[in-house]
Amino acid sequence: MKILQELRDEGRGQDLTALLEHIPYAKFLGLEVEQQGREIVTILPFADHLVGNVNLPAIHGGAVGAMLEMTCVLQLLFDTACERLPKTVDVSFDYLRSARAMTTFGRAIVTRQGRRVANVRAELWQESRDKPVAACHGHYLLSPLD
Amino acid sequence: MPETPEHNVAEHLANVPHSRAVGMKHIFDDDDYCEIAISYADHLVGDPDTGVIHGGAITALLDNAAGMIARPRDMPREVAAIATLDMRIDYMGPAPVGRDVHARAHCFKRTQNVAFVRAVAFVDSPDDPIATCTATFMLGTRNTPFEGKS
Repeated sequence: MKILQELRDEGRGQDLTALLEHIPYAKFLGLEVEQQGREIVTILPFADHLVGNVNLPAIHGGAVGAMLEMTCVLQLLFDTACERLPKTVDVSFDYLRSARAMTTFGRAIVTRQGRRVANVRAELWQESRDKPVAACHGHYLLSPLD
Repeated sequence: MPETPEHNVAEHLANVPHSRAVGMKHIFDDDDYCEIAISYADHLVGDPDTGVIHGGAITALLDNAAGMIARPRDMPREVAAIATLDMRIDYMGPAPVGRDVHARAHCFKRTQNVAFVRAVAFVDSPDDPIATCTATFMLGTRNTPFEGKS
């Protein structure tokens, strides 16, 4: 991926905020990222365009899913020297609670990294980390055979 | 069953802020199937080098299509909501740049509490999917505003 290469060339290979700036869908959602040691935390400030249920109100399951996927990919990019953005092979979401009209946080852990495929788990929470609103585990293709 | 506002998928998509922001549009629906689509748009791009739409937009589309068919048509929206319990998506390939992506969902079993749904995302034909999805939904969940702490 050219963007990744460009950031690496500028010595900003692990500047995930700079990477997010280049991903239109991340900007559309309003996703932010913070580095905490060897872990990263994704942050999604609440915004009206994320709402999927106006009565509760609650964030759309699709936006929750997208945030989980991005959290997995960002942790993977942080942990590994991928040459391009990892591709999602499959992902399984558990919706645990309604994601309410407030800031959502996300964390991921790479449970296994092989040469071509990585297994990643992620979790989102709002008020308290021990009350996750959603979780996922997925498989990501790191270097597809050309 | 007569078409009433509760069952109007197009109206629902226009009223849900995230669905509207992603640009979801109604294609068709009946008792068993619901098909909605998104047009290719710059803000949906996930890979700036290739211009391919982000998987998250496909996730939102599949979740929405699956949710719309999960709700029994005789369950008025203002009385009961549905909640996604889980959803698994397999990505077969990138969405071709510049093309509309459709999601067609089929509810193959509905019990008193749970609806079981399969959905495919495709560009030309559901027989050549770019993603497939299996989802379960709880029926008749709360749909009144939150008060205080959860």
